[in-house]
Amino acid sequence: MAVDANTVRRVARLARIHEPEERLEALAGELNTILGWIDMLNEVDIDGVEPMTSAVETTLPLREDVISDGDQAAAIVANAPASADGFFVVPKVVE
Amino acid sequence: MTTLTAPNDLDIRSARPDQLVAGATGDWEIIVGMEVHAQVSAQSKLFSGASAAYGGAPNAHVSLIDAGMPGMLPVLNRFCVEQAVRTGLGLGAKINLWSRFDRKNYFYPDLPQGYQISQFAHPIVGEGVLNVDCDSGETIPVRIERIHLEQDAGKSIHDLDPHATYVDLNRSGCALMEIVSKPDIRSSEEAANYFKTLRALVRYLGTCDGNMDEGSMRADVNVSVRKPGTPFGTRCEIKNVNSTRYVALAVDYEARRQIEILEDGGTITQETRLFDVKTGKTRSMRSKEDAHDYRYFPDPDLLPLQLDQAWVDAIKASLPELPDAKKQRFRAEYGLSAYDAAVLVADKDSADFFEAAAKGRDAKLVNSWMTVELFGWLNKHDKSLADSPVTAERLGELVDLISNGTINGKIAKEVFPRMIETGDAPLVIVEREGLKQETDTGLIEQTVDALIAANPDKVEEARLKPKALGWWVGQLMKATGGKASPAVINEVIKAKLGL
Repeated sequence: MAVDANTVRRVARLARIHEPEERLEALAGELNTILGWIDMLNEVDIDGVEPMTSAVETTLPLREDVISDGDQAAAIVANAPASADGFFVVPKVVE
Repeated sequence: MTTLTAPNDLDIRSARPDQLVAGATGDWEIIVGMEVHAQVSAQSKLFSGASAAYGGAPNAHVSLIDAGMPGMLPVLNRFCVEQAVRTGLGLGAKINLWSRFDRKNYFYPDLPQGYQISQFAHPIVGEGVLNVDCDSGETIPVRIERIHLEQDAGKSIHDLDPHATYVDLNRSGCALMEIVSKPDIRSSEEAANYFKTLRALVRYLGTCDGNMDEGSMRADVNVSVRKPGTPFGTRCEIKNVNSTRYVALAVDYEARRQIEILEDGGTITQETRLFDVKTGKTRSMRSKEDAHDYRYFPDPDLLPLQLDQAWVDAIKASLPELPDAKKQRFRAEYGLSAYDAAVLVADKDSADFFEAAAKGRDAKLVNSWMTVELFGWLNKHDKSLADSPVTAERLGELVDLISNGTINGKIAKEVFPRMIETGDAPLVIVEREGLKQETDTGLIEQTVDALIAANPDKVEEARLKPKALGWWVGQLMKATGGKASPAVINEVIKAKLGL
């Protein structure tokens, strides 16, 4: 799989990463190098091998349904560029 | 948001002729599939210990996890997993002992992580079925495609400031079960009944409170139309419809809109639409063409979710009696009609109320007092059974008084409003207001004698038509203030007139 400048532009927009037009070709080259390594990995025969989901053999920890967090609105919005009455304030989003 | 494939498996029902919609070029068939988001009735959130309670001061129910702060790790809530399994078992669905959480990536101000943790490729619950009683009396099976667990987003408020949007993350991270149906629904009425039946089921199971005003249940309704016998048309998805009535209105409006476009020679564009409750219309949500490129991938912060079959079996053993089974039992045990049983079990509160009032009593009489008088009053005053001023016990006592002849049905209709006003026991009201049925034949006999003496023409009439005693009964009721027992009256009249 090879990517071109158009694909890079689209992926950058989806990820909200600003990339100047003149960087797109170079990035496509870098991404293609990475995808080339992935292609090499794909050559390994993994038939019958369970996908590894964790480096250590363990199961997903679960918690009990108790309230143990919250009531910290000031801390939650502390880093926001703008806030009012405990709300985050963002540029108008029109649906 | 599930892509459905294999059209032959999907397209298994045809609408009845009376469900078709007439257009200028002939009849059209409506095809509906639904994705219902039901909030799990949990104390805390799916992946954090913040409160999942509705409302609260802005951002008060928010942990650093819900706010998407860097370095925070999600820990799954066991109770939420259990409720998803319970709901699946209630739908007779396959429980997947191995499931996985995926990230659904998109940007929106009320989604601070930049992705929603959901289950895309491996949901916790697989295929099941929901039997839906329809207005026609028909019960239709609607197949369930899957149920998955996912996080809710926060809330954007657009009307507090003309130039800014306010964001409250209290809802962010609350656990949702997304219950996805196959496109087996063929009319707005079926769609509304599906939503209603599903709500009743989750309330029976206790997995979701079904509170639509608080957004605990919202439906995304997929609608398309076709000429009968042809393949499915292109569908549009109507987002976030939050009541049974709106589901029906949205389907009707959207089907007509699509039919008009197609009959004018146009084509339907697959898109997401909003239902405007003020106008009853749907409108397109403006969205970029790549808005639906969610780039799902397994969430690296969470291991796969593995369940023990023994744990699932224990949940199964703890399921309450479900609406279908209860309906059958009400018919067998209380002799109710299929219709009456369906009305009662549609809501767990009414079923429980009925059973508490009907135990050891004339169940049909209880049903009629409950559904006609009590429901009539509650509907008129826009109240639910939970707010009923008359308890099941009191209603049962009223039926006892009718059954044992203390009062007749006519007097009972006077006692009932007094029960609503005062909350007193019916016997207390009857005694206080002197409403006991007149079973003393002395007064009745005297009255009949007087009537015979004064009305020879009526006596003649009664002898000619011995079945038409309405006038006599009316006169006697008047004379006794409505308290005479109809059985005693009839007996005395017949004896005195020699009928």
